[in-house]
Amino acid sequence: MIPGWMPPKTRTTERARVAAEPGALVLLCVVAWLVPGAGHLWLGRMQKGVIFLCAIPLMFLIGLMLEGTIFPFQFAEPLAGLAALAQFGAGLPWIFARMLDAGKGTVTAVTWEYGNTFLIVAGMLNALIVLDAFDISMGRK
Amino acid sequence: MRDHFLLLAVFAFFVSLVFAVLMRDDPRAQLRLGAIMFLGFITSALVLGWLMYPLPI
Repeated sequence: MIPGWMPPKTRTTERARVAAEPGALVLLCVVAWLVPGAGHLWLGRMQKGVIFLCAIPLMFLIGLMLEGTIFPFQFAEPLAGLAALAQFGAGLPWIFARMLDAGKGTVTAVTWEYGNTFLIVAGMLNALIVLDAFDISMGRK
Repeated sequence: MRDHFLLLAVFAFFVSLVFAVLMRDDPRAQLRLGAIMFLGFITSALVLGWLMYPLPI
């Protein structure tokens, strides 16, 4: 063995190579978006996956409890449209909330802005998590 | 849950947690970065809050 050379993380590298096939890569990104942390779990990064799996849905739930609004995709109001895009990033929590008709929001509630912030940031953080899973699967990390 | 500072702390905790776990692989390094980010959030919020205090908002 060459001095100073460290063997690669075999399990993760093999999984990453499998995920680097185009079809699997798309599937990985879709799964990682739908279930926060699932992409990392798929790639063998268990600790990260479990933390994301708990943190993002919990953040989204707190946003709903704080009476935040799930914004509709109406780009007549650009900021509301962008907020809707950001919230969409949360994946299944967003889909469930829409199905259950949650997130109507109470504009007059003291915590409304806080709720919106939690909902929007949860979605954007999940988008970052998807990008991270993509980078890992491409062998960049 | 209407305490603004508590909500700020909860928000800072989650964001710091996710960023620390994303940016570091070693658990000790994650804990260190997470703690630094969390304290940075709280400190900057308190400082900005006091700086804005005299403003007629």
